[in-house]
Amino acid sequence: MTATILDAEPLSAAERRSLKSRLRRAERMGRVRAYAAVAPLLAFILLAFVVPITLMLINSVQNPVVASQFPRTLTALAAWGRTAEPTPPEGVYEAFAEELKVSRKAGELSKVATRLNYDSGGMRSLLMGTARRIKDGDTGPWKERLLAVDAAWGKRETWAVFRQAGDPFTAGYYLAALDLRRDADDQIVRQPEDQRLYVDAMSRTLWVGALVTFFTLLAGYPVAYLLATLPPKTGNLLMICVLLPFWTSLLVRTTSWIVILQREGLFNDLLMALGLIDERVQLIFNRFGVVTAMTHILLPFMILPIYSVMKQVPPSLVRAARSLGAGPVTAFFKVYVPQTMPGVSAGALLVFILALGYYITPALVGGPADQMISYFIADHIGRSLNWGLASALGGVLLAGVLALYAVYDRLVGVTNVKLG
Amino acid sequence: MTQFPPYVGLGGRAWFYGYRSFCGLVLLFLMAPILVIVPLAFNSQPYFTYPIPGFSLRWFEAIWQDTIWLQAIRNSIVVAVASTVISTSLGTLAAIGLMRKDLPGKGLITAVLVSPMIVPIIITAVGSYFFYSNLGIANSLTAIILSHAALGTPFVVITVTATMVGFDHSLTRAARNLGASPLYAFRTVTIPLVWPGILSGALFAFATSFDEVVTVLFLGGVEQRTVPRQMWSGVREQLSPTILAVATVLIVISVAMLLTLEFLRRRNARMRGLAD
Repeated sequence: MTATILDAEPLSAAERRSLKSRLRRAERMGRVRAYAAVAPLLAFILLAFVVPITLMLINSVQNPVVASQFPRTLTALAAWGRTAEPTPPEGVYEAFAEELKVSRKAGELSKVATRLNYDSGGMRSLLMGTARRIKDGDTGPWKERLLAVDAAWGKRETWAVFRQAGDPFTAGYYLAALDLRRDADDQIVRQPEDQRLYVDAMSRTLWVGALVTFFTLLAGYPVAYLLATLPPKTGNLLMICVLLPFWTSLLVRTTSWIVILQREGLFNDLLMALGLIDERVQLIFNRFGVVTAMTHILLPFMILPIYSVMKQVPPSLVRAARSLGAGPVTAFFKVYVPQTMPGVSAGALLVFILALGYYITPALVGGPADQMISYFIADHIGRSLNWGLASALGGVLLAGVLALYAVYDRLVGVTNVKLG
Repeated sequence: MTQFPPYVGLGGRAWFYGYRSFCGLVLLFLMAPILVIVPLAFNSQPYFTYPIPGFSLRWFEAIWQDTIWLQAIRNSIVVAVASTVISTSLGTLAAIGLMRKDLPGKGLITAVLVSPMIVPIIITAVGSYFFYSNLGIANSLTAIILSHAALGTPFVVITVTATMVGFDHSLTRAARNLGASPLYAFRTVTIPLVWPGILSGALFAFATSFDEVVTVLFLGGVEQRTVPRQMWSGVREQLSPTILAVATVLIVISVAMLLTLEFLRRRNARMRGLAD
């Protein structure tokens, strides 16, 4: 920028305008430069973070397997007047048998069978068993032939599963994630009792998150108050007890809790020595272990925001309340606590949001009945390979967390997180 | 012994000691895992109980003799360093851009940039698994580095932004006025003032990557095992004293990072005249 020495003479209208436009241009250039600085990271985050998550969301509704292998069967099924005829017409069976042969030849049939099995157990063996009994040269009429192979091919339920799995885009994974399914008449109904898993897992996730938030607040608030009111020298020294665990690897801390809480571990030794228990108790691989370890890991996330707010509260206000006649308890709860609420809400929201997504700690210190929603997502990706359902469960978790994140942003502001 | 003013009654004293004891217990709870695990790593016997019969360094030696651990350490360092370089350079640049107050869309941009910190790690891992599989580079260090870099950037953006809150813009303008090119002013005025923020952001990014296991579970094969990944399978299968030795090494690293960060915080406060 070049410095301009202005004369004492007033500016003419034209000069003023040109000054204005030059200022605007300079502002615009500044903005462009700012955008240019942000652009590389924004592009990187979009590519390496937003696109992958979008892919997951696409996977949660995309459903190409059956639709690509059995297009004619699905068209014929759509034409079947289900109320008038109890079983599909010959056209459906004919298309199905021919496409079955093609799909088997292309080596795609196993994928279709796996996909159908997600919706209804037994579909895999039905489809593969049928395929084994049908030779390439076989010809129709197919209806009787297939019904003779397996009577299940005469059932409306079988064809409903087939039809519903044939939608190229489906809400079925989200229904499954909420323990719902569509019945033979396309009505949305609840899963049979023994197959309801995920609503339980979600409410467990919320419950564990709430418990951990409660305990971190219970333990964190008094400690934050102590650290904020002690003389700075002592306060900073004790702060190490908060910051060192915060910086210590999650796996190290989880491992350590296993060592402490196991049956032959230190905590049991201590309880025995104190005579509090007569025989060793199970403290790990159950809910107690999960809540203890998670409370420990998330406690600094509660203490730090509360501490930084408490540092700003002027102590004279409580003194003023006391001198006006309030007792210590009244002064504390009516004057001090309300002023620390921004820190409390920030800490509580942060802990709750982080707790909802926990995977490692519950997987290592929890029992089978303590697994949170993340565990089921990982399980479907790695073991059952039901990527659609894993993605839908991820979508539900993401929606929950983003809603809380919006609240957090409104209350605290996303960049106002204090990190040590 | 604390001196109480004469008006504090018995109840007040009991409350004081009760409160202090409660806080002491919470602080002990916070430190317990570290205090317990470190001595056990030096146990000469392969047990996880006290009292310790004798001290030995055998479990630390065991790390050095195990090629799997050595490879894990090498992978962890490669991944953490590479992802830190990416996230620190991109994050710092973006934070400088976000310094402008009147930037349209700033709120939305910031929310997007910070979101990797908030979105549950399992979701990031699943998405990355689909994404890098499609690209054909799942089971590679590149995929892990890129996803760790994305996870680390929010910390860089946040810490550098925080350092810049008190940044006096007239300093760069003065430099420019004295004839410095934008780049020269940036290099000789801005960077020296904000480098504590950049370095603490880099430390956070490094720690994030060094500690991260979920994306490695999804994106790494046998060849890409990192230290936390190796600990994960160790803890799941059979807890061995070697894991405690590795944990102790990691604790030493965290102490070093904490000390560096504290040093940076003080330096930053001093330079901005906020010394306490």
